[in-house]
Amino acid sequence: MPGRARLPSPKRSRDVGTASPQSRFGFAQAGFAFTMLAFGYAFLYLPIALVIVYSFNESRLVTVWAGFSTKWWSALFANEAMLGAAWLSLRIALVSATVAAVIGLAAGYALARVPRFFGRTLFGSLVIAPMVMPEVVMGISMLLLFVGSDRLMGWPIRGFLTIAIAHITFSIAFVAVVVQARLADFDRSLEEAAMDLGATPWTTFRTITLPLIAPAVGSGWLLAFTLSLDDLILTQFVAGAQSETLPMRVYSSVRLGVDPQINALATIIMVVAACALIFSGWLTRRKA
Amino acid sequence: MSAGPIVSIAGVAKRFGTVVAVDGVDLDIQRGELFALLGGSGCGKTTLLRMIAGFETPDTGHVLIDGQDMTGVPPHRRPVNMMFQSYALFPHMDVAANVGYGLRREGLPASEIARRVGEALDQVRLGDHGKRRPAQLSGGQRQRVALARALIKRPKLLLLDEPLAALDRKLREGTRFELVRLQEQLGLTFVMVTHDQEEAMSMAGRLAVMNEGRIAQVGTPHEVYEHPRSRFVADFIGIANILPVDGGRAWLALRPEKIALFAARPSTDHAEQGCIVEIAYEGDRSLYRVALTDGSTLLVSTANIARHPREPWPRGQQVWLGWAADAGQRLEE
Repeated sequence: MPGRARLPSPKRSRDVGTASPQSRFGFAQAGFAFTMLAFGYAFLYLPIALVIVYSFNESRLVTVWAGFSTKWWSALFANEAMLGAAWLSLRIALVSATVAAVIGLAAGYALARVPRFFGRTLFGSLVIAPMVMPEVVMGISMLLLFVGSDRLMGWPIRGFLTIAIAHITFSIAFVAVVVQARLADFDRSLEEAAMDLGATPWTTFRTITLPLIAPAVGSGWLLAFTLSLDDLILTQFVAGAQSETLPMRVYSSVRLGVDPQINALATIIMVVAACALIFSGWLTRRKA
Repeated sequence: MSAGPIVSIAGVAKRFGTVVAVDGVDLDIQRGELFALLGGSGCGKTTLLRMIAGFETPDTGHVLIDGQDMTGVPPHRRPVNMMFQSYALFPHMDVAANVGYGLRREGLPASEIARRVGEALDQVRLGDHGKRRPAQLSGGQRQRVALARALIKRPKLLLLDEPLAALDRKLREGTRFELVRLQEQLGLTFVMVTHDQEEAMSMAGRLAVMNEGRIAQVGTPHEVYEHPRSRFVADFIGIANILPVDGGRAWLALRPEKIALFAARPSTDHAEQGCIVEIAYEGDRSLYRVALTDGSTLLVSTANIARHPREPWPRGQQVWLGWAADAGQRLEE
């Protein structure tokens, strides 16, 4: 299962290292905090920095530096199979994250707000199930479902649609969990105040609840997007013969021997991801 | 507009699981009064208020607002607005958007909304704060925004849930008078919930003392203080000495300030001898605990109207207590 929940932490580390000037231990504290910070950043970002640096390597070997070159970047942009796979992955990630955000929002809302309904416990477990179920099991069951349905109705043809459905299925869980957690500590009196002022339940949701939990839905969407973008196992089960996503393409090319094109590709993905994170962070801060 | 009570509560009960929150309440609230629901935590006062607002549904009984049965009417269709204890200001909107929220729901034109928001903010002296976010305001300013927001729809009835609880002490005193002034100026009916008896006594025209989901007594602050009907009310409002009379078949509630201290036997209707055992000096008044010869103790309070160089009734001093025949209230229950 893709267990790498790389959510941007809502609490920023802004306070680290701001030892009060009045404190006698201010310098020691600041020094300690700075060291910890440096180690933390090195641990997180050194591997990434290396990947970026080596994408400009002259050598074919990923591990040996032989001078600066942009030839792998040109090779990447001429690699139609890789670009096609990247484009497919991107489209699947956009569609599945968006659909999962909507369904996950509804599921999380129901779990947080409706105290009793028929099959609530079962529903709760089913929503969470994809987080804990081995991806192989999910892959097989979805493959069986799609094959059976294809045989019965001639639909869906395996490819974009089946991959998107599979990704939506496991992404819902992540969005639902984030939304449910956000709603659990939501001040209900805000919604009551809105209704008291004449807002219908739907208007209350639209004007009060949704804007206030939007950051949670946004992080859920980002999570679903990245999970979809790098999912390999489940995708391989449901992809069919014609469609190849980016992780599938990378995986098969690595088996043939990897060259720094992969580094260049990774650099692009990271830059896009970093921009998305900075943008979402900017959005949340501007709201606050 | 009919002439009857603005709120009429008849036989209302509400339980949460096994907990009985409100246990058969009948209550009429008159037009234009400032009415307080007073009681300790868990007495059902907030549940009662929330049933008027429509956030809770009574298990039995009816709530009538302006003569109309509110059974099955959701909060957004009731002619009532509420000021929440936490103020419940929308953090993602500025002050003007908060105050104008109710008017936007009515679909009024933007210019009309802007005009009335401006008026409402001027009324609570926040005219130039419209563009601020709630997080940028002080506690007192937030309270005034919440008030302006609740008043802007000109409700028949304003409900206030612990309106002053979140303010610090100094601010509370001033805000008390401001709320009363506003209520009189607008001629609205205010129903407020409070656990603070001083607040209820000083603000309300009438109040209901609640205990364990029932109304223990309804009356003016004067009636409730001077003529408590039960031991609970006598004990809950202010301080009372409760003495058994008629051989224990009834009780007498005697307020500490109705008893006077004397050095020699006084000529009052009642006189008892005792010894000062404890003194609580509060500046403007002193509270004495006096042990009587029969072993019981009485609380006596005196206003410190003269400036004494030292305690006039030191601990251990033998004193006489005297009070008039009508100083106490006889309690049957």
